[in-house]
Amino acid sequence: MNTIQSDEPLLQVHNVTRYYGDRVGCLDVSFDLWPGEVLAIVGESGSGKTTLLNCLSTRLAPTAGAIEYRMRDGAMRNLYQLTEAERRLLMRTDWGFVHQNAADGLRMNVSAGANVGERLMAVGQRHYGNIRSTADDWLGRVEIESDRIDDDPRSFSGGMRQRLQIARNLVTHPRLVFMDEPTGGLDVSVQARLLDLLRRLVSDLGLSVVIVTHDLAVARLLSHRIMVMRQGYVIEAGLTDQVLDDPREPYSQLLVSSILQV
Amino acid sequence: MPVRLYLNNVGKSFTMHLQGGTIIPVVDKVEFSVNTGECVVLGGPSGAGKSSILKMIYGNYRCDQGQILVTIDDEIINVADAEPRKVLQLREDTIGYVSQFLRTIPRVSAEDVVAEPLIAQGESEDNAVKKARSLLARLNVPERLWTLPPATFSGGEQQRVNIARGFIAHYPILLLDEPTASLDAANRAVVVRLVQEKKEQGVAMVGILHDQDVREEIADRIIDVTAFAADAAA
Repeated sequence: MNTIQSDEPLLQVHNVTRYYGDRVGCLDVSFDLWPGEVLAIVGESGSGKTTLLNCLSTRLAPTAGAIEYRMRDGAMRNLYQLTEAERRLLMRTDWGFVHQNAADGLRMNVSAGANVGERLMAVGQRHYGNIRSTADDWLGRVEIESDRIDDDPRSFSGGMRQRLQIARNLVTHPRLVFMDEPTGGLDVSVQARLLDLLRRLVSDLGLSVVIVTHDLAVARLLSHRIMVMRQGYVIEAGLTDQVLDDPREPYSQLLVSSILQV
Repeated sequence: MPVRLYLNNVGKSFTMHLQGGTIIPVVDKVEFSVNTGECVVLGGPSGAGKSSILKMIYGNYRCDQGQILVTIDDEIINVADAEPRKVLQLREDTIGYVSQFLRTIPRVSAEDVVAEPLIAQGESEDNAVKKARSLLARLNVPERLWTLPPATFSGGEQQRVNIARGFIAHYPILLLDEPTASLDAANRAVVVRLVQEKKEQGVAMVGILHDQDVREEIADRIIDVTAFAADAAA
């Protein structure tokens, strides 16, 4: 994991709060994310981590608070003051979103190559041969054989679908990728392969990542920094190995001590 | 010789919330400094807090009290209150850590595990792997293992991979957490030579070493950690 030399944050989150009626989603969350930094959000189901991820990725408007993002021109912009066209361009080009369920992030009835190529067309590429060769190159980088390029993802295993979803997201060279339990629901051996692949891609491409996971082993392997959430609040945050090896809050200690030793 | 590392009034305790909030004092009023080219060995029985001190210097454990000052060129950084990204940067270019156990990464070969810290410091992949191989050879790791992931290696082989990984890059400060614990005499001698070379390069080292012979050969000073016992200070 290479660290981050830039002096300016990519994403600044100020007091983000989201209510569902009277019920709390997440409360008063603030942090900065730096270029090349991987931040893990951990906590049990219902702790608000997915709500926060959805607020950050403009999929769910916060009730209060502000989120600023450094655009490619260097200007900090409030995400919820972007025009719809700007926001969609951001999501198509500069951002990625890796869903737990690959079917939510893929088009299941078009070919693997088209799934990857579609994002390229969305950023204006029109040359069929170039699009196909870039798609083929990316399938290789996520370890999908070239001869599967014309198959649709319904015929893929869970692990392959997840790798295809990653290729689809990374082909436009985004600077920021959101991931929601990317290894959830996969066999352990498939998980290990996916994690190793993610670790390399993130480090080679210098990606910033916000990853939601309930698996502390995933957080330890992939992230530089960790935030522990409980009942909507961030209760503890810091260097990943510091929080996992020297947890301070009662709930963090419970989380860490609940890991089964193999 | 300039001071590279200075611990000032450092204190640490653990609060065990799952055991009814029991507070376990670890160390209190830790004070010592390490010069460039010097190897300081922490002494004292298990449980005295030696490892906790090393882990605080590395930023792996939080430091409750005091300062951990690292001097690099004209800059003085307090690890105890540095931001996470500053600590990560220190770990990349300033503070190395040789732990007892290798945390293996699936599918990464031994030579790549060893080369990684040098690549992170900007060395080319070719040169880093070349240097990794020469270190693995010096530490008598059989050549047929170099391209395999170390997960299935024996304890001693894993430890030697870990030592190679810790020594490959240049860090002005190097922390040694029982690097020779399960090594035979020949390999212990290799580690002693590696430490001597680091000294000649001006590296400041803090170590925990239980082998009497290794300790005598590399320690410039021994600091008795029981002097910093937290309950003694109460």
